[in-house]
Amino acid sequence: MVSKSENNKQLLVAAIKEGTVIDHIPVGNALKIIRLLNLAAYNKLVTVGLNLPSRAMKYKDLIKVEGREVTLQEIDKIAILAPLATINIIKNYNVVRKLKVTIPENVEYVVVCPNPKCITNNETMNSKFKVLVDKNGLKLKCHYCEKVFCQEEIKEYKNN
Amino acid sequence: MKQVNLKGRDIISIPEIGKEEIMHILRVAEELKKKPQPKLLDGLVMGSCFFEPSTRTRLSFETAMQKLGGRVIGFADPGVTSAKKGESLYDAMKIIGQYSDVIAMRHPVEGAARRAAEATDKPILNGGDGANQHPTQTLLDLFTILETQKKLSNLNIALVGDLKYGRTVHSLAQALTHFNATLYFVAPDSLQMPDYICEELKEKKIKFTKHQKIEEVIKKVDILYMTRIQGERFADPMDYEKVKNAFVLTSAMLEGVKNNLRIMHPLPRVNEIATSVDSTKHAYYFEQAENGLYVRQALLALVLGKIK
Repeated sequence: MVSKSENNKQLLVAAIKEGTVIDHIPVGNALKIIRLLNLAAYNKLVTVGLNLPSRAMKYKDLIKVEGREVTLQEIDKIAILAPLATINIIKNYNVVRKLKVTIPENVEYVVVCPNPKCITNNETMNSKFKVLVDKNGLKLKCHYCEKVFCQEEIKEYKNN
Repeated sequence: MKQVNLKGRDIISIPEIGKEEIMHILRVAEELKKKPQPKLLDGLVMGSCFFEPSTRTRLSFETAMQKLGGRVIGFADPGVTSAKKGESLYDAMKIIGQYSDVIAMRHPVEGAARRAAEATDKPILNGGDGANQHPTQTLLDLFTILETQKKLSNLNIALVGDLKYGRTVHSLAQALTHFNATLYFVAPDSLQMPDYICEELKEKKIKFTKHQKIEEVIKKVDILYMTRIQGERFADPMDYEKVKNAFVLTSAMLEGVKNNLRIMHPLPRVNEIATSVDSTKHAYYFEQAENGLYVRQALLALVLGKIK
């Protein structure tokens, strides 16, 4: 069964037979997620919707990945860029599983510390952040330089 | 009261040192100030790793170790190390950790002390990592406040000068949240206390106000904590010229102040405290610098487990 709203979306981003739909991504972050998860590298169809109208978010981005289920580790990474995202696993055009991303307590590797004077930008090593959630959204505190950044301040993400 | 055990602990950042731990460190420092223990750390070696120039902090750490009977290895200039050949901090500290029982370090890069602590099991004492943290300075500041006021709680404390970039005043403000201080921030607008510190203070219900002149607060406070305003912080030298004299303390300004007022300064001082202040009973910055020796002795003895 395809719901009415799903039907409307299909007009904008084609349905997939098998795979994953990452929905409710804040506008501007879909391409970052594709780059972060390296979704384009698997020779699988990836369709993207940018600035789609959304009842809950006004506007949103959306990604559909054909033939591949995202892993739990990948969902953790998505959480940083899209804390409110829903992940739909699709089989035979139907949603067989709906997952909500959960915000992890710590984020390793994924985020590049925006502080150029941070040790993580001066030595070959992994970054590490503590995730702080407050009324204004998500903030990340660098484990090393101890600076706190809101999401808009983070310019670079990397995949391991 | 919670049992405090600092054996093996890294001293990297003020917010992760609890109130009981702070009080314990200050008590041990006081004991060591009263009663030196010249053989306490006999046979132990401190690695003194200063990747950035420092005189007071380095000499005070090294003297502290030697006064407790320990020995010191190390360097005061990274030019003499393999850092120049491109060696990572991680590798360098791993090796130095094999030679020494405890490491005191300063590094220009923020988070360097935390990184060093990952490289070695030996305790790291952070003597400054860029603009981030300098916890031993904050501990010696607290020791000095306690020594001069006989208490740490409910004091009126003014922080003066460069409050934006000065890591000393950030850490001190954070530490004072344990002690219900009333804080007065005296600085030019462009160098006022950063928002993230003010937010932290609000969360912890610490009262603070911002001021443009020392005279507005000097008669109310128990501690006047002066810092240096660096001309290079101003984009326009004219702006610096306008404000620099507003943040200079002279002996004439001390008329009518509280009897127990003590003036502190992390040093080096340039011209923000007139030398005429030095001879007043309120001047306490040189004693404050001396206290660094006892606080660092206490930290060395505690992290090495020689004092419980």
